[in-house]
Amino acid sequence: MTKDHISKQKFMAELYRYKRGSITRRHFLNVTGLGAATAVMGAALPGLRPRPAFAAEDIGDRVVLATWPNYHDPANFEAFTELTGANVQVNVFGSNEEMLAKLQAGGSGWDVFVPTNYTITTYVGEDLIEPLDLAKLPNYDAGSFDPRFADAGTVDGKLYAVPKNWGTTGFVVNTSQTGGRNLTSWKDFWDITKAEFSGRTMVHDYQLTTIGNALKYFGYSFNSVDEKELADAEKLLIEVKPHLFAISSDYQPSLRNGDAWMSMAWTGDGKQLNTDMPEMVYVLGVEGGEIWSDYYAVPKSAPRRDAGYALINFLTNPEVNAREVLAHGYPTADARTNALLPESLLNDPILYPAQELLNALEFGAAVTLTDPNRAELMARFKSA
Amino acid sequence: MTQRTRTLLLLAPAGTWFLVMLVLPLTVVLVFSFGERAPAGGVVPAFTFEQYANLPARWAAFRNTLTLAPAGTLAALLIAYPLAYFLAVKVSPRWKTVLLVLVIVPFWTSILIRSYAWIFLLGGRGIPSLLDWIGIEGVRLINTPFSVLVGIIYGYLPLMVFPIFVSLDRLDKRLLEAASDLGAPPWRTFVQVTLPLSIPGIATGCMLVFILLMGEYLIPALLGGGKVFFVGNALVDLFLQSRNWAYGSAVAVTLVVVMLITVTIYMWFINRLGASRDDVSIM
Repeated sequence: MTKDHISKQKFMAELYRYKRGSITRRHFLNVTGLGAATAVMGAALPGLRPRPAFAAEDIGDRVVLATWPNYHDPANFEAFTELTGANVQVNVFGSNEEMLAKLQAGGSGWDVFVPTNYTITTYVGEDLIEPLDLAKLPNYDAGSFDPRFADAGTVDGKLYAVPKNWGTTGFVVNTSQTGGRNLTSWKDFWDITKAEFSGRTMVHDYQLTTIGNALKYFGYSFNSVDEKELADAEKLLIEVKPHLFAISSDYQPSLRNGDAWMSMAWTGDGKQLNTDMPEMVYVLGVEGGEIWSDYYAVPKSAPRRDAGYALINFLTNPEVNAREVLAHGYPTADARTNALLPESLLNDPILYPAQELLNALEFGAAVTLTDPNRAELMARFKSA
Repeated sequence: MTQRTRTLLLLAPAGTWFLVMLVLPLTVVLVFSFGERAPAGGVVPAFTFEQYANLPARWAAFRNTLTLAPAGTLAALLIAYPLAYFLAVKVSPRWKTVLLVLVIVPFWTSILIRSYAWIFLLGGRGIPSLLDWIGIEGVRLINTPFSVLVGIIYGYLPLMVFPIFVSLDRLDKRLLEAASDLGAPPWRTFVQVTLPLSIPGIATGCMLVFILLMGEYLIPALLGGGKVFFVGNALVDLFLQSRNWAYGSAVAVTLVVVMLITVTIYMWFINRLGASRDDVSIM
């Protein structure tokens, strides 16, 4: 707290000023430090929670969202709280496997989560998510979405998930460290890691992308579950492991402070890093790799279903969504949102890569999520 | 109320707790360990030793745990002993309490936050850049076994200091005078009087730290960058990433067995040490 001390006299003076109406409530709470105190107590005492300016219905005091790192505009969450009285609690995950494991174990407490395209059929098959009640999502307009990035939300003719953002998985490299070399492929990525970049490269803590991009080194499919091809990928990964800086899906801090020079990365992280540090370049391997689309879904076990729907509805509002895109730098497939975004962003080569690079990419396949060999390969690689 | 009922009644809370929180979960884990991975993850009941046969695939995690846990315990002991000795013997009573509180102060903040602080201290812009400045270049600390060891020593030091402090604090100072009167130089007094009398504290501290370290997960995860892997990290991966509960249970059961064996050997060794001296009661 910045304002620890305020004398009794000063406090009473401010209180009188507030009573007379010469200062606002906000100013009063601020100078006296009561605002911060109220915020702390608010979590424990329901009567002190900020009430919504106007609320169509009471959705409770909080909503829990499970999502990915650096994937939202915090100001939007504050606006949601302002509007509905519900605080947004964010749980961040680094892999779809981890999300699935939490839901399978039960008691996750999530109201909304953000699964990736290839996982949705598994969630439906495992009876973990429910068909969405579109009456509660008036902001969602199926017609305005590019079907390539919306199709996976529908399983057996029922809508289970609405699109959030789409993107690609490439890598970010700090070009001030490459000595003028241009890295263009996954072959370059793994080769330089074993050589000049030893101890400076990060890979995701996520089987789909780490194994998939190792498979790409040999020109295999990103989604391969072929035993021989996986064995080749494992050999490469084990060989590279001593040269890695870390295995983590939260790579921005290490890239920013210079400990790491290169990392597997998703579109938005590439955009965020490139905006702040132009020497950070986002590369899509020429061999291909992943193109993906994330969705909002509601778990069957959601304890605050209404709040969950309210949050999805809020975030699919084109104006809110446009602010999200501006903050996180992931493209959206919603034409209404794109109409609100600046031209420069819609032509950004990180968000919208050249067609020939896009053509080589593959959507993740459902089988990779549940294939025991891929799961065990990743675990062996990490514990090696 | 008979003596017997009273005893039973007094033991009931702890007994129930052990049954519900220890015996039942361990039984579940044991049953799971003979099962098989379900198609989408989880476990299907079976009776197979397949999971145990697959244990060598986690050898590296066991090796890391079984080297870094004893190394961390030993390093903590070597650093904690002089500190505890200083606090118990050298410091005036006025300052003793203050200094003891200072040893506990770190516990007021979560180990998670404190380990995060070490990420910055050991990262490229922390200690390495300081070393760079005085001319030692190219030092990399973060995400190495060394950084994990630093985190371990930092996190567990107070647990080692306190038992040793207590045993030294209770030490009868007249024995030291007697040793001196009988002509023993200070080092000899230390080796023959102080050190043996503080063995109970050393034994308790080592056991406490070692057992907790065998199950450590957080420090390797944060300061090892996912590369320095303990059995605890392997378990988290098996349950939360590859969702192979059967194999995870087998690894967990093995860890418990390894721990039981190690602790038994340790206890046997300590007891023998105690039995060989009739002047010290150990545990």
